[in-house]
Amino acid sequence: MSNKIIQWIDHRFPLTSFVKHELTAYPTPRNLSYWWNFGFLAGFVLVLQVVTGIFLAMHYKADIAMSFDSIQHIMRDVNYGWLLRFMHSTGASAFFLVIYIHMSRTLYYGSYRAPRELMWWTGQGLLLLLMATAFMGYLLPWGQMSYWGATVITNLFRATPFIGDQVVVWLRGDYTVGDATLTRFFALHYLFPFLIIGGVMVHLVALHTVKSSNPSGIDLADKDNIPFHPYFTSKDFYGLGIFLIVYCTFVFFFPNSLIEPANNIPANPMQTPNHIVPEWYFLPFYAILRSVPNLVGGVVAMGLSVMVFSFMPYLDRSQIPGGAHFRPWYRVMFYLFVVDMLVLGYIGYIPPTDSSIIVGQAATLVYFTLFILLPYISRREEQWLIRRGLPPEVQALIVSETREISKYPKRRRRGDTT
Amino acid sequence: MADSDVLDDDGRRDFLVKVTSVVGGAGAAAACIPFIASMNPSSDVLSKATTEVDLSGIPEGGMHTVAWQGKPVFVLHRTREQIDAMKNSNGGFQPEPDQQRVKQPEWLVVVGVCTHMGCVPNKEGPGWTCHCHGSQYDDSGRVVRGPAPKNLEVPPYRFIAADKLVIGEA
Ligand code: FES
Repeated sequence: MSNKIIQWIDHRFPLTSFVKHELTAYPTPRNLSYWWNFGFLAGFVLVLQVVTGIFLAMHYKADIAMSFDSIQHIMRDVNYGWLLRFMHSTGASAFFLVIYIHMSRTLYYGSYRAPRELMWWTGQGLLLLLMATAFMGYLLPWGQMSYWGATVITNLFRATPFIGDQVVVWLRGDYTVGDATLTRFFALHYLFPFLIIGGVMVHLVALHTVKSSNPSGIDLADKDNIPFHPYFTSKDFYGLGIFLIVYCTFVFFFPNSLIEPANNIPANPMQTPNHIVPEWYFLPFYAILRSVPNLVGGVVAMGLSVMVFSFMPYLDRSQIPGGAHFRPWYRVMFYLFVVDMLVLGYIGYIPPTDSSIIVGQAATLVYFTLFILLPYISRREEQWLIRRGLPPEVQALIVSETREISKYPKRRRRGDTT
Repeated sequence: MADSDVLDDDGRRDFLVKVTSVVGGAGAAAACIPFIASMNPSSDVLSKATTEVDLSGIPEGGMHTVAWQGKPVFVLHRTREQIDAMKNSNGGFQPEPDQQRVKQPEWLVVVGVCTHMGCVPNKEGPGWTCHCHGSQYDDSGRVVRGPAPKNLEVPPYRFIAADKLVIGEA
C-alpha cells in the first residue's frame, strides 16, 4: 500500500530520488570529526527557537504597559510557560555558541576557501540575521537591560551620514525607544527566523553542490566518501545527545545565569542602570565599539569586525590544504584570534576603567592586525611549506586522492556513492 | 509606420525594455514610501510635544528629572558657587560659555540623554557622570570627559511665570 502511494507521488514529485540523493546516499567524507556536527546542531536549535517562540507568542503581549507583566504571566500562570521561556532564552545562547563553534571550525580548517566561498558568505548573512533577531528579541521582556540595550544600539545609527538623527527616530518610531519600537521589534522578531530558514535553504543547496569539506582539506575521492545515512545521521544524533545534556543543564538548573538580573526590573526610561552589558555573544564586538573614542569610528570598527570574516577567502592566499591542520603559522594566528576574542569579551563585560580601555584598544588592534597581516603571512607560509615539503603521509594522500579522482571524475561530481 | 513595425528592430525593443524597467522601478519605489513612512513617529507620538514644570518644589542645589517627549530633562536649581564655577570655565570638548546655555543662571535645563549613546547620566559630585561608558558633564551640562562628543542638549523652553517653565517651545 505505502509502496503504491510512494510510486504515485514519485510519478509527480521526485520524492524518493530527492531523499536518496540529498539525504540517505548523500556522499560524505568518512574522516569528518565531531567539529562537523555543529551545522546540524545549529539547524536543530533553529527549529527549537521557532517552536518555543511560536508558543510563547501565544501568551506574550507586545505593549509597553503589558509586556513585562505578560512575561511574569508566562512564568507563573501559563502551563509550562517557565519551561518554554527558559528553553527560548537558553536557546538564544545555545544558538550563538553553536554558530561560533561552527565558524571557528571553518576558520581553523580553511573550509571557506574555494569552492566554498558562497557557503561562507551565506553563513555570514545568516549570522547577521541571527544577531538582528537576537537583538530585537531581547527588547521584548521590556526590562531595564532590554530597554537600555535597545536604546544604545539604535543610537548607533546616528552614525549614518547626514540623516543620522532621522534614521534613529525612524527606527524607533518615536523620539525614544517606546511602544512603537516594541511592537515593530516583535513583528520583525517573528519574521526574521523565517528569513533565516530561507537562508539556510540556500546554504544547504550550496553545501550539496560543493559537498562537505573535511579535516584533511583534500578533495576526497569516491572511495573515501560514505553515505550520510546511517553513518552521519548516527554521528549527528550522538552529538545532539551531548548537546542536549549541556542545554538541559542550563534550562533546568541555571536558567537565570544567562539572564541579566537588571532585566527583572521593568524598563524605566528615566533611569539608566549603572552598568549596561549586552548579552555574552555580543561582548567582543561591544568591546571594539567602546574602545574607539569616537562614535562614528566605533560604529565603523564594530561593523567591520563582524563583516571582516567575509573577506577571508581573499585574505587567505595559501593553497596548502587542511587549514591550520598543516599550517603552523596559520594555526598560531587562529589561536591568537580565539584568545583575543576572549580578552575582548571580558573587556566588554567589565565596566570601563582607564586600564581596561587600554587593554581593549590593544585587543582591537590585534583583532584587525591579524586580518590585515593574513595575506602576507599566508603567502610566505605557503612558500616555506612548499620548500620544506608537507609531511609524507599528507603528500601520499594528496597523490592517491588526485589519482582516484582523475580515474573516476564523473562519479564524485554526481554525488553518488553506489 | 509599416517599416518600424518590423519584429527585429533591436533599437526599438531595447528602448521599450528600458522605459518599462524605469517606469516599473519608479512605481515599485513609490510603493515603498507608505511602508517606510508608516515607521516614522505617528501623530499621537508627535503631539506629546510640550511639558510644564513647576519650579517651586526644587530646592537650591536640587534637581528634578521631568519627562519631555519621553526623554528625561534635568532641571537643576544651581547654587551661587555652581554658577560662579560655571561662569569661569568654558567646558571641555565643545567650549561654550555658560550664559549661552541658560536663560536664568539659577536654572539649568538640559536633556538628560548622553550625547554618546543615549544613556541617562547620573548626578554625581559636580556635574553628571554617564555610567555606560564613563562620560562626564559639568554643572552646565558641558562634556568634560569623553567618549561623548557633545554637550548635553538644551531643549527649547521658556518661563511662563516666576516659578513655572514650559519645555518644548521657545
Ligand atoms: S552613553 Fe554615555 S558614555 Fe556612552
